[in-house]
Amino acid sequence: MTALLTVDGLSKRFRGLLAVDRVSFAVPPGAIFAVIGPNGAGKTTLFNMIAGAMAPNAGSITFAGEAVHGLPADAVCRRGIARTFQIVRPFPGLSVEDNVTIGALLHRHDVGEARARAQALLQRLDLFDKRERIASTLTLPDRKRLEVARALATEPQLLLLDEVMAGLRPTETDRMVAILKALNSDGLTILLIEHVMRAVMALASRVLVLDHGVAIAEGTPEEVVRDPAVVQSYLGAEAV
Amino acid sequence: MIARLFAGVSPRAAILLAVLLAAFLAAPWIVNDYLLTVLIIILYFAYAGQAWNIMMGFAGQLSLGHAIYLGLGGYVAAMLFTQFGIAPWLGLVAAIPVAAACGAIIGFLAFRFGVTGVYFAILTIAFAEFARIGFDNWGYVNASSGLFLPVKQYVHNDLWRLRGSPAMFYYVILAATALVFALCHFLLRSRVGYFWLAIREDELAARAAGINTFRYKMIAVMVSASVTSFAGVFYAFFYNNLFPEQVFSISRSIEIILGPIIGGIGTLFGPILGAFVLTGLAEALRSAMTAFGVDLPGATQVFYGLCLLVVIVALPDGVWPPLARRLGVGKGGK
Repeated sequence: MTALLTVDGLSKRFRGLLAVDRVSFAVPPGAIFAVIGPNGAGKTTLFNMIAGAMAPNAGSITFAGEAVHGLPADAVCRRGIARTFQIVRPFPGLSVEDNVTIGALLHRHDVGEARARAQALLQRLDLFDKRERIASTLTLPDRKRLEVARALATEPQLLLLDEVMAGLRPTETDRMVAILKALNSDGLTILLIEHVMRAVMALASRVLVLDHGVAIAEGTPEEVVRDPAVVQSYLGAEAV
Repeated sequence: MIARLFAGVSPRAAILLAVLLAAFLAAPWIVNDYLLTVLIIILYFAYAGQAWNIMMGFAGQLSLGHAIYLGLGGYVAAMLFTQFGIAPWLGLVAAIPVAAACGAIIGFLAFRFGVTGVYFAILTIAFAEFARIGFDNWGYVNASSGLFLPVKQYVHNDLWRLRGSPAMFYYVILAATALVFALCHFLLRSRVGYFWLAIREDELAARAAGINTFRYKMIAVMVSASVTSFAGVFYAFFYNNLFPEQVFSISRSIEIILGPIIGGIGTLFGPILGAFVLTGLAEALRSAMTAFGVDLPGATQVFYGLCLLVVIVALPDGVWPPLARRLGVGKGGK
């Protein structure tokens, strides 16, 4: 089976710092693929290159058979890759429903249809009762789900989640895991950057470990947590 | 189409609109010539403020040089009229693409090269200043001596050539204000309106949601410039004169934006309410000063400044949103 997303030899340099160093991996369709690593490992840089927020210095990103590296963020989204932000960025002054409606308008021209689609997504993400609230008044867990809803509204084939569990309490994490699993079983491919190992272990079918911009391991969650290099650089003594 | 125009309008808001419209329609029979002129100026500012609001209030792009679209509209229509006898409505057909093209140039330079926020505002001022200095030295348009439209006593109103009584001008600007109000109402509830709001709220997030922000910002500037150009045409034919020093001046640009700021940026009623509050109170102040025999040049400007201060401190969202809540007509059209 050909991969939905293929990253090949991707590098990004910030002046002297090689933030991402020749990283390659492939995400098959229908997978939940996690990228983990310590702070400063280059996860967010890698993520930003895939999402089109920055252009790589070298390497290629192929999505659904088409090269997407160097495309602007909006063009990447229109091709079917939607993202969330590590620091959430809903449209603060707009209602929850309007936030998601805007996402749904990407592939629809009728506002009424987009609104109906938005409401269906809000149901799914437990935000329907809060649809008239102004986004900036929501709690962090709600804003995180709102970002997921807005991203989903653009009808992506691949959903990029940047630390969507960070700042959530364990019960909220479990709820988010359940939602993502349900979306995945409907055929959505997910690439997540995550610090919360509880979520990674529960969700991911494959894990890539980055350290200092280099991919040091890749495999199933169980394989990765037993890998001595990973334990050494990232998980530390507590995981042993 | 009509049904779509009223989509999302609460019954109370519809009643309020109807009462307002009736009052406006009846005004020329009720008020004297002086008050009618004040009403014309109020509606003119309401119209121009609404036009500016499309760019700033909806799409979040701060223009401090809207006088350029005003001036271009006025000059194009006035030149066509004085030189070739072309009626202002046909002049408007020429003025709109000129203003839109000018907006497109400014927008392209700014948005293509990532000029945003304060720097974008400065760029808009710079272009208005270029136009002011350029027209001030351009012989064909009479340079700094200004352009005058022929004035004579009109026995009857000539709507086609915009020559006639204040009442005619009043109904023209009233119709234009109502039209642009309806246009903005429609735009805000359309796909492009939602994309503008997204850009205003968070441009990076808007791009991540797949919105081609360059394209929609260009549309905002061009629509706003086009709509503003009619205010210029109206200005030229109402005042019958155009001086580059006046029509392109920065104070003209600021005048336009005070109404929406005081009324409520990004709202539909804000520009109208703001124009009423500002011009209404300024005129009241002027008559009061005349009545008491006080002559203080610049008092109006000081008054504008005070109004702005009060609103920024006490009502940062403008006068309309809290008023709308009190009237029970929703969130103020936002």
